[in-house]
Amino acid sequence: MIDIFGVPLVALTGQIMLGIVNGAFYAVLSLGLAIIFGIVKVVNFAHGAFFMMGAFISFLLLSHLNIGFWGAIFIAPLIVGALGIVVERVLLRRIYGLDPIYGLLLTFGMVLVIEGGFRVAYGSSGQIYTAPDALRGAVNLGFMFMPIYRLFVIGAAVVICAVTWIVIERTSLGARLRAATERPQLTQAFGINVPLLMTLTYGAGVALAALAGVLAAPIQNVSPSMGSELVVIVFAIVVIGGLGSVSGAAITGLMLGVIEGLTKVFYSEASTIIVFLIMAVVLMVRPAGLFGREEG
Amino acid sequence: MPRSLAYSLGAAGLLALILVPFFPQVIYPVFVMRVMCLALFACAFNILLGQTGILSFGHAAFFGSSAYFCGYMLKEQGLSPEIAILTGVVSASLLGAGIGALATRRSGIYLAMITLALSQLVYFLFLRLPWTHAEDGMQQIPRGVFFGVLDLNSDKTLYFFVLILTLLALALIHRIIHSPFGEVLRAIREHEPRAKSLGFPVARYKILAFTLSAGLAGLAGSLKAIIFQVASLRDVHWSMSGDVILMTLLGGMNSVFGPALGAALISALYHYLDFLGGWVTIMVGTIFILCVLAFRKGIVGELQAALTTRRSDTASNDKKDSENATN
Repeated sequence: MIDIFGVPLVALTGQIMLGIVNGAFYAVLSLGLAIIFGIVKVVNFAHGAFFMMGAFISFLLLSHLNIGFWGAIFIAPLIVGALGIVVERVLLRRIYGLDPIYGLLLTFGMVLVIEGGFRVAYGSSGQIYTAPDALRGAVNLGFMFMPIYRLFVIGAAVVICAVTWIVIERTSLGARLRAATERPQLTQAFGINVPLLMTLTYGAGVALAALAGVLAAPIQNVSPSMGSELVVIVFAIVVIGGLGSVSGAAITGLMLGVIEGLTKVFYSEASTIIVFLIMAVVLMVRPAGLFGREEG
Repeated sequence: MPRSLAYSLGAAGLLALILVPFFPQVIYPVFVMRVMCLALFACAFNILLGQTGILSFGHAAFFGSSAYFCGYMLKEQGLSPEIAILTGVVSASLLGAGIGALATRRSGIYLAMITLALSQLVYFLFLRLPWTHAEDGMQQIPRGVFFGVLDLNSDKTLYFFVLILTLLALALIHRIIHSPFGEVLRAIREHEPRAKSLGFPVARYKILAFTLSAGLAGLAGSLKAIIFQVASLRDVHWSMSGDVILMTLLGGMNSVFGPALGAALISALYHYLDFLGGWVTIMVGTIFILCVLAFRKGIVGELQAALTTRRSDTASNDKKDSENATN
């Protein structure tokens, strides 16, 4: 048995891998928050609620329509993305130009409505959702046994982050998005439909959250409050990383997942608060955040 | 609002509050005490939101931790309520100074997220501390005898005790807001760089505002622990922080006591519609959305605006009349 600082290697690697899985979720969620904030200038408190809807929709698809995981992974983000587009057009659009605080408060109200709605309809207790057959079981990585599904989540998160990065940094759509982030009025003057870009960005951002929700359904309890617990941690991550940079948000998310996993090994009592403690330290040392550019 | 109207409304409200414990069949006195606690909480919160322009999304941390510490002193240490309340207020003020010092390193939207995250940290601490009994909360906190004279176990004594403390605290908030210190807070709200250029140590003012707001929110929390004899995780949860924001927004954040009205309305909603279960949360969320979209001045703010437009209308008419007269 190999020990590191008195901790068996197997336990250590196991928690690190779990941390990477959690970090993958943090990364995808803070990525979506950063994209939405960049263009729509709204800190989307409802991000966790849309994450929860993604998980719930996959559960409902399976139990009512017998559509499995592979269907849900496409259908749930589409439904939630469409809902996001409606929300942007009907609600968010009315508060552009006001203090961004109102965006936070508006989306907080949406959290109460969405979570309350699911609680009325399905109760507060969690539902179980099983992973598809193809992804069950575990593989021997040499140093530990890893459930295939968790490997799949890590891979999926990497693909999601990479595709998002390519779309934003390497396509003409991304160039327009970046232009609209920097100088919305000038971009509009060049004949680019910025309001449409904002609508699509919000839709795509919440669809990403829903996709994360579908991925989380088989490994978490599907319950109405699963998103809001997560969103507070993701907010702390966003403060640590700074909302200014999309890749920064993803990297910070992954990193903090791993740190959280390591904390579970060495001092498990602190694992729920370590992210907040790191945020406090970062604020003392570097208030703008690790990847932050401007003081906001 | 015209001064005479404000005074007569205040006098009527005070009279009603004094009569409440004698007519328990009309309105439940414990409910009124709850409203008073939350009204104090919301008005204290508004020192930051309305006056300084700072949105704290973690005020439940101050309210709840004070409730826990007050309960700890009464139940685990067997101390008297005056020491317990003092402990609650001091601990909330210290926590406010600490969280304020960290959070005010950023501003606006980031500050809101930081306070939310730090209050979640406080939440997890109270979840884990051995004497808080985790999900069960601290129950059956003894009320004790205030300064060895006032037996708070008597319902009427408790009611007037809470009423007087709340009124004193509200008067203090009024004093703070109308002091030179309050003027500086509003200067920071309106134009922070200019306040800084005039030589005011803006960071220190913000932290002091945080400390005062947290301490007064803590007083509300301690009173809550004594009234209901319970301190629970609900008191430190972010949903409580959300409630106090809504109360302030609904009542009107640009007025001193508007948040108290919001607190009364939201507590009434929770109290009288409790049978609706989860639907209440949906309603609260809907009110939140409507307030942000269409009702940002709040009830008192809208009333004030309506009154001033009417008065300025009559004023301009008078002016026209006098002009006509000279012509």
